[in-house]
Amino acid sequence: MELRPILSTLRRHKITAWLLVLEIALTCAIVCNAVFMIGQRLERMDLPSGIAEHELVQIGLGHIGNSPDAIAQSQTDLAALRQIPGVQQVAVINQLPFSNGGSSNSGIRLSPEQQQDTLEASTYYGEGVLPTLGLHLLEGRDFRHDEYADFGTVIADLRNGDLKNLPSTIIVTRALAERLWPGKDALGQTLYVGKGLPFRVIGVVADLARPNNLNWGVGYSTVWPIRMTVADGSSYVIRTAPQDRDAVLKAAVAALKQLDPNRVVLVKRTYDEARHAFFANDRAMAGILVGVIVALLTVTVLGIVGLASFWVGQRRRTIGVRRALGATRGDILRYFQTENFLLASFGIVLGMALAYGINLFLMMHYELPRLPGIYFPVGALVLWAIGQLAVLGPALRAAAVPPVVATRAV
Amino acid sequence: MFGYYIDLATRSLKRNRALTALMVLAIALGIGTSMTTLTVMHVLSGDPIPAKSAQLFRVRMNVFPDDTFTQGKETPDNMTRRDAEALLHDARADRQAAMSAGSMVVTPPQGEPLGVEARYTGADFFPMFGAPFRYGHAWSRDDDAAGARVAVISGALNEQLFGGGDSTGKTLRMGDQGLRVVGVLGDWDMNPRFYDLSNGQFGDSEQVFVPLSTALDLKLSTSGSTNCWNSAPDPHAASAPCLWLQYWAELDTPAKAAAYRRYLDNYIALQRQAGRFSHPGQVELQDVMQWLDAKGVVPSDVRLQVWLALGFLGICLLNTVGLLLAKFLRRSGELGVRRALGASRRAIFLQCLVEAGMVGLVGGAFGLALAGLGLVLVRHQPTDYATFIHMDLRMLLGTFALALLSSLLAGLLPAWRAMHVAPAAAIKSN
Repeated sequence: MELRPILSTLRRHKITAWLLVLEIALTCAIVCNAVFMIGQRLERMDLPSGIAEHELVQIGLGHIGNSPDAIAQSQTDLAALRQIPGVQQVAVINQLPFSNGGSSNSGIRLSPEQQQDTLEASTYYGEGVLPTLGLHLLEGRDFRHDEYADFGTVIADLRNGDLKNLPSTIIVTRALAERLWPGKDALGQTLYVGKGLPFRVIGVVADLARPNNLNWGVGYSTVWPIRMTVADGSSYVIRTAPQDRDAVLKAAVAALKQLDPNRVVLVKRTYDEARHAFFANDRAMAGILVGVIVALLTVTVLGIVGLASFWVGQRRRTIGVRRALGATRGDILRYFQTENFLLASFGIVLGMALAYGINLFLMMHYELPRLPGIYFPVGALVLWAIGQLAVLGPALRAAAVPPVVATRAV
Repeated sequence: MFGYYIDLATRSLKRNRALTALMVLAIALGIGTSMTTLTVMHVLSGDPIPAKSAQLFRVRMNVFPDDTFTQGKETPDNMTRRDAEALLHDARADRQAAMSAGSMVVTPPQGEPLGVEARYTGADFFPMFGAPFRYGHAWSRDDDAAGARVAVISGALNEQLFGGGDSTGKTLRMGDQGLRVVGVLGDWDMNPRFYDLSNGQFGDSEQVFVPLSTALDLKLSTSGSTNCWNSAPDPHAASAPCLWLQYWAELDTPAKAAAYRRYLDNYIALQRQAGRFSHPGQVELQDVMQWLDAKGVVPSDVRLQVWLALGFLGICLLNTVGLLLAKFLRRSGELGVRRALGASRRAIFLQCLVEAGMVGLVGGAFGLALAGLGLVLVRHQPTDYATFIHMDLRMLLGTFALALLSSLLAGLLPAWRAMHVAPAAAIKSN
């Protein structure tokens, strides 16, 4: 295909050609970044929690006025919940991965002399966290029954400065172990909380994501041998078969209400619902971005079709002359396809530079990582294909112009 | 003459309907998305309390002990009870209130117990934040001092518990405790909830208001962030090393604000002399808009969406420029005849702009419909601000202004080119 006639025609329509190139460039830049952001959101929504997500339900209770003996009541509640058919495990746990609201975290240090915390780890409390949440223990062991201390007792001991009865063991995630002691075995290591409270690592679990503040490190979590009650703001977490969840949730709420009607149910949901709610914003944003991409490509395609149609209409006579001089339909078709290919190529080159610039801007202001290189060739191919398809209709119409047009006055 | 241009423009637009539809669609899509995102931005970054936003000041200070203090770190949002009570006691501002969010479970006269959101604060809170009373009145400063068992409830809770009507004097039951209702609020929603952003930035205001002293007496549970720098058995104790109270001061004139700032500097200096810490300390006194700005209340996703939409509008405009240009130049024959018959360049230019403006106005009307649709979608999003997003008159007029402006801008270059068509050449080439 001879490029020179195309280029010289384009030179005569410089402004229009440049407008089209600019439009393709902007589309290319925005679409590349939008697709990238969608990928980021999907990746976030796909983060592993490390727990048996489809087997858990959660019930949170609030008590009217001052609660009675919370520990005794928790024991009664737990016993009643275990009686419900289908219930496999029950625990009182202070928080769950990927859930909105407050979260419990603690600064971790590697030595008692350290001035600043190494990192903020999320802290999971509750008896039976591992079997209930279905955490995968990689090495070491779970807490023994006699290692647990009551939350109230721990608080009282801290108040009195009586540190000898405090728990001294802890279970950490693999991510945290690798961050604190890279290349070493975490089992038996000691970490420090606050001003030098030591905890010995007795177990490492595969994954356990933190509730929120994900930018502090999604997988930096710890499990402590501290027994909770609902009065401490914790909730009942029940593990059951996925198909029994609704029935178990209903029966559990009824049982708890029956034990003490003076309570309100603040939270009542399956874990899947909790996770769904946590990522709702990301899902919505991904949806918006998909909408933007579709709208952008539509407008650009319509723009290409519109301009190409115009050019075809304008050049009807020239096309007729060319056909009369022996150009085949294929030649005319190829002419318009090549013209579009050239314009798209200019647009893509410009657009890629722009995409890179926009990405730099987003990296500065929105904590987005660098655009991976693969986006450039893929984006180029997609835009070329879209351009060729868009121009096909007008090009076919051009090819259908009969040679006899050349002999007529318009 | 203008009417004639409009007539010409209508004819020209009708002649090529597909192309006109394409241009209108492009402008409508661009305007629709831009106005949707700009409306969200406009609502979220608006002034929640325009009448008083320059007189209400958030007071923050850094009184960390030396081993917790890091130079250059941001001043904490909340205050310790010790400092809040000292400032309240001095009462140097026109009005002042320390406060915390809380949650309570109340027992209605009949029916199930109910979890409600509460705010524990002082008597000044209501006049400070312009909370209107439908019935009754706020509690008094004496009630604050005495820890009186009183409460103010929202209109919605009054409806729910007591079936509306004047419920002052009735008792709000919480198990074996009771609070006497002294006031019922009228419509009062602050969005964003600037006085305490830590507990949901947008949403309905609290349902129950209780004196802080009473809440402390009854050990009512607080919510929001509590940040202790040392182990604290009871983070709400009078001298606990915990930050959990929001502090606001009303200062009616800039002179008073300056004086108050000096007072705060002085307070910090006294604390240092008393040996609490040896670092210089930090004091922040920010009015409502400064405070909202510092906290970055507009979610970053919303900002991103505005950029996206503006980029989209840019592409739609480029599209329109291209199509208008092609259209005008294709009519060079007709334009040449008009020029030959005596139309001035200016007349051709204006006529082309009128045509572009008409496309803009029609596109703006469709864009408005699209923005309405977009806002319905926004309201169905799972964000906490979703329900407050609505279009006001300013944004409505803004839509048309943006549509007209952008279409005229798009028409500028094509009209310029059209007016420079050489009449003789144009007629001859036909």
